[in-house]
Amino acid sequence: MSETLLEVEDLHTRFATREGTVHAVEGVSFTVDKGEIVGVVGESGSGKSVTARSLIRLEDPGYIERGSVRFDDIEMTDADDRTIRRVRGDGMAMVFQDPMETLNPVFSIGEQIVESIKVHESPEEQRLLDYLNVPLFSSRGKRSQMRQQAIDLMSEVGIPHPETRVSAYPHEFSGGMRQRAMLAIALAREPDLLIADEPTTALDVTIQAEILQRIRDLNEELGMAVLMITHDLGVVAELCDKVVVMYGGQVMEEGPVEEVLTNPKHPYTESLLGCMPQTCDRGEPLNVIEGRVPSMVGGPTGCPFASRCWCSSESCTTGDLPTEQVGEDHTSRCHHVEELSEPMEADQ
Amino acid sequence: MLLVLVGVSILTFLLLFLTPGDPAETILRQQMGGRTPSLEAIEQFRQNEGLNRPIPIQYVDWVTDVLQGNLRESYYQETPVSTLIINRIPATLELAVAGMAVALTIAIPTGIISAVHKGKAPDYLSQFAALVGVSMPNFWLGYILIIVFSLQLGLFPVAGVGGLESLVLPAITLGSGMAAIVTRLVRSSMLEVLDEEYIDTARSKGLRERIVIYKHALRNALIPVVTIVGLQFGYLLNGAVIVEIVFQRPGLGALLIDAIFARDYPVVQGLVLVIAVIFVLTNFAVDLTYRYIDPRISFGGESA
Amino acid sequence: MSNQDSTANQSVIATTRRRYRSVKNSRRLGRFLSNRLNVVGLLFVSVVVLSAIFAPVIAPEGPNEQDLFNRLDSPSAEHPMGTDQLGRDVLSRLLYGARISLQISLAVVAITLAIGTAVGLIAGYAGGWVDEALMRFVDILLAFPGILLALVIAGILGPNLTNIMIALAVVGWTQYARIIRGSVLSVKQEEFVKAAQLMGVPRRRIVLRHILPNVVTPVIVLATMDMAYVILGTAGLSFLGLGAQPPTPEWGTMLSQGRNFVDTAWWVVNFPGLAIMITVLGFNLLGDGLRDVLDPRDMGDVENKGM
Repeated sequence: MSETLLEVEDLHTRFATREGTVHAVEGVSFTVDKGEIVGVVGESGSGKSVTARSLIRLEDPGYIERGSVRFDDIEMTDADDRTIRRVRGDGMAMVFQDPMETLNPVFSIGEQIVESIKVHESPEEQRLLDYLNVPLFSSRGKRSQMRQQAIDLMSEVGIPHPETRVSAYPHEFSGGMRQRAMLAIALAREPDLLIADEPTTALDVTIQAEILQRIRDLNEELGMAVLMITHDLGVVAELCDKVVVMYGGQVMEEGPVEEVLTNPKHPYTESLLGCMPQTCDRGEPLNVIEGRVPSMVGGPTGCPFASRCWCSSESCTTGDLPTEQVGEDHTSRCHHVEELSEPMEADQ
Repeated sequence: MLLVLVGVSILTFLLLFLTPGDPAETILRQQMGGRTPSLEAIEQFRQNEGLNRPIPIQYVDWVTDVLQGNLRESYYQETPVSTLIINRIPATLELAVAGMAVALTIAIPTGIISAVHKGKAPDYLSQFAALVGVSMPNFWLGYILIIVFSLQLGLFPVAGVGGLESLVLPAITLGSGMAAIVTRLVRSSMLEVLDEEYIDTARSKGLRERIVIYKHALRNALIPVVTIVGLQFGYLLNGAVIVEIVFQRPGLGALLIDAIFARDYPVVQGLVLVIAVIFVLTNFAVDLTYRYIDPRISFGGESA
Repeated sequence: MSNQDSTANQSVIATTRRRYRSVKNSRRLGRFLSNRLNVVGLLFVSVVVLSAIFAPVIAPEGPNEQDLFNRLDSPSAEHPMGTDQLGRDVLSRLLYGARISLQISLAVVAITLAIGTAVGLIAGYAGGWVDEALMRFVDILLAFPGILLALVIAGILGPNLTNIMIALAVVGWTQYARIIRGSVLSVKQEEFVKAAQLMGVPRRRIVLRHILPNVVTPVIVLATMDMAYVILGTAGLSFLGLGAQPPTPEWGTMLSQGRNFVDTAWWVVNFPGLAIMITVLGFNLLGDGLRDVLDPRDMGDVENKGM
């Protein structure tokens, strides 16, 4: 029995806009155990990124309406700034989607990694003048030592020639290298949980594979848990132990990867699997899910997928979704679990 | 840039010919206190100043002189224009630098606070204050300051140069308008930067908000600000003219106004040319600074 | 989201778009009025415009009626803003001054707008050496700090209001030319302009029907702000003695005339100053509000984040 590291319960995150309140995350619950790799999968707009941001309290300009995020016995939803900073500097680190936008263009890669090391070493004592590297206020010896640490981290994430690249600026890096630098920034804090928000979406396929491999290695070597946000079921199949399928801000299905992908118990998961190019024959048109992602203004009534679902009924359009236990650790939130087909023969 | 400078010199030279009627006659009439000059005197004056030759030749003559550092002589004083200008530069430069300092001291913190508290009371207050600052005629502000601080409180001298006290009110007068412009600029630049993903990255590291704002955001937000501040330096010269009149400071602006009223054209031309050249060179300098502070433009700068 | 459009039927798009526009426009008015600063700006400008129009009706006295027995009287019921060094009613002079400021600024903005638009359209649409030559000329003019050049031009032409207008116009048109040229260059790349060209629509018609309407928005905002700039410029030049001459009730001139009495009669300097500031502030607020409402860049910044 492994220990629970992160426990998300009934999380609601909303955005106030001119058009009304957007219910981006609507009652999401899941857990991540120590050393586990969990995938959160869904289309764009399914609320998976907002969920990830809410975990480390970067939901602004949205706000957490209710629910709980417990990390290592710390309740993040009502933690004070200091506690939040400590968790960010030591517990949960996040890698974002687009490495072109996530590194500060005016500071060298080394500087940005060093900063991360500094926070990790003394999260409570952050003096502005020290961070601005004002002489007298920041120790030179310490800085060169941290720079060496940064170089080590860079080689750990697979950046070639780290000694020279450490003083390079983000614009001198390729997309893949930047994402590695982001990874190094995250690793500098020796996190227990790495949240990766579509870390490879903006990259070439070959680089994508390398980064994923790197994340898996880190997971195995350091025992670091990973929460992988992605829209790519291939990535989930490759990397994850457990998967959470999200749609319309809600969890549709959750369970061990093997089981969910081979024996989906929710029509949405099933259609998502049907859309993978691998499941279509050559020359046939690719499958698509008819209809579109529902607007999330004003909150859902009934199942968000009802309008696109082939087996939706009266009961799907009103009321809350049931949570059906369909296997050990495998749940589906569908009214029609029983009617769903038996194990799909789809897998190749 | 060279092309612009040539154009500037041509325009500056042609300004003289905007004079209604015959320049020689107008100038002489002015010099003689309104009496009509004799034909011989006019002819003599033309001869002396080379005004009877074709305009392009006059221009080439003038430019040749200018390139040798000779800006001709004033019609009234037997002093070279260049000397007149150089004597007046310190007073104006002092004023401009002090005005700039006042502007930045007010503008950068206000702009940051405004952006960080977007849509809240401090933001509205500073935005409104900035608009008032932009809209306030600086000659009026000058008199308000004189009335309050010199006449009522007796803190600073009413006019003149010398010492820091006599610089305070003029610098505030000159700097306030620019402060308003820069505040708005810092605010919008800061707002844009605060929306960037790398700010969230910085926060996700566990950095204090203060470091996120003053290190990560400010450094980026200041890049466009430097450009505008550099360009604004030229506009400070605009304001300096009025401030120098209000506070009776003997600087370039006061010299220009005097020369215009006296129709002392060599002085006017010299000043316009010098100011335009300063303006063009400042813009050029701004370009260079820009390369220095934005690593995306130049490769491998210092890590600040 | 946009994928949907490609499959949808043309006329549906057209009606949707039209409906969207009308909703958006009505919402614009609402948004404009919802910002209190915009309302204040509108109020200030209205007050000044009304003063200018009805000056002869509301002014207690003529602008140049002297009363040498009541010189430099402090504000009272009879003279709400006091009297000046020649016993003239300051309020009346300010009301008439509003006419001068508005007339001049309207004229200057109209002239600069016309020249700037013409030059910008020609440069942007013709391209090539025409564009190059015109833009170089603009660069050269912009190499002079604006007001300073206006000051010298007005000074050499001779101090009066007409020459101030000429000077400010010479300096002011360049920014319009730049903005319009920029817009033309980007609009020129749009499909509908290319289509019109291919269909053999004459150049002039393309410029007037297709390009001009697309560059109107930035120009309206700029013109509003320019009103403020020109009023300030006129007052400044007049203050220096290069514009309106006494006894014209021009605000800058009044301030300049009153400066010898700052220590004894504060009202002679401060009321004209206040008048200038309120007018300029009004146009600035209005311009700001218009920009926020008309500039689509500002919209939906909340919606796009984090999803």
